[in-house]
Amino acid sequence: MVDAVLFELLHTEMVAELWAPDSDLDPGPGGQRTSLQVLEGVGFRVGQALGERLPREMLAFREELDVLKFLCKDLWGAVFQKQMDSLRTNHQGTYILQDSSFPLLVHVGSGLQYLEEAPKFLAFTCGLLRGTLSTLGIKSLVSASVAALPACKFQVVIERS
Amino acid sequence: MSRQANRGTESKKMSSELFTLTYGALVTQLCKDYENDEDVNKQLDKMGYNIGVRLIEDFLARSNVGKCHDFRETADVIAKVAFKMYLGITPSITNWSPAGDEFSLILENNPLVDFVELPDNHSSLIYSNLLCGVLRGALEMVQMAVEAKFVQDTLKGDGVTEIRMRFIRRIEDNLPVGEE
Repeated sequence: MVDAVLFELLHTEMVAELWAPDSDLDPGPGGQRTSLQVLEGVGFRVGQALGERLPREMLAFREELDVLKFLCKDLWGAVFQKQMDSLRTNHQGTYILQDSSFPLLVHVGSGLQYLEEAPKFLAFTCGLLRGTLSTLGIKSLVSASVAALPACKFQVVIERS
Repeated sequence: MSRQANRGTESKKMSSELFTLTYGALVTQLCKDYENDEDVNKQLDKMGYNIGVRLIEDFLARSNVGKCHDFRETADVIAKVAFKMYLGITPSITNWSPAGDEFSLILENNPLVDFVELPDNHSSLIYSNLLCGVLRGALEMVQMAVEAKFVQDTLKGDGVTEIRMRFIRRIEDNLPVGEE
């Protein structure tokens, strides 16, 4: 077992490193998008690998909603030692997952302070969700928004073929 | 950036697997970003250093260990308390130098390398170099300048993983050794 603090610090350092890797260039708007994509991509790979290690019986989901509940309960539990606070859906493939105290934002700040910085602390986790869903056979787009730290919402939109 | 001041003594544990996967994805990304293994090694060391300087605060708050009086005590605390607390393993301490300023940490298993294989074109990569940075950064914050480096690595075919720790000097003033 690894202490959660180590993961949080690793994540913070990963954000710092992959956001603006040792270079003289500040990421401009184009660079900013790329940096978020890189972080999201790292999260995606981890989510995929995590999904591949799930016990087979966990994968016998009957419905899409069961998969989302699994993310909110089991995945969040494994990664953040807590459950998502709420899950809402329009029953047409869009889900809103709400965490009132997202652990990776707690040490960034509170309220409106550092609101601009929030996206980079959410990119990895968005990728993680998207990657796990991908291994479970579901293609999705995952984004996150923050109104006031450390509460945030993850939006999962299932891509129907 | 603000930090939660008081974690209390509660500790949250997570599966090593997730940490291992995240670390692996990070190293993979660094290998893409940097052209050669040496640069990746340096980045891992630097990132580890930054983690170490913060980790020590958490450690001191939660472990209740007193000040170490010599390097032997430091070694014990690192192996038996810190590694156990953060990585769930207890390395053994061996190969003390006659002057008592160098020792080895032997890791029978290293959670960072579970399921990891080094591809042939990365033979110079020190995969777990983050750990060396963490040790260096954490000890610097308690006034010790040390060098930490891997001398054996199961990823490279050695039987065990060995980190050699060398005491350089006590940092007398309160200014850090400095990071470029």
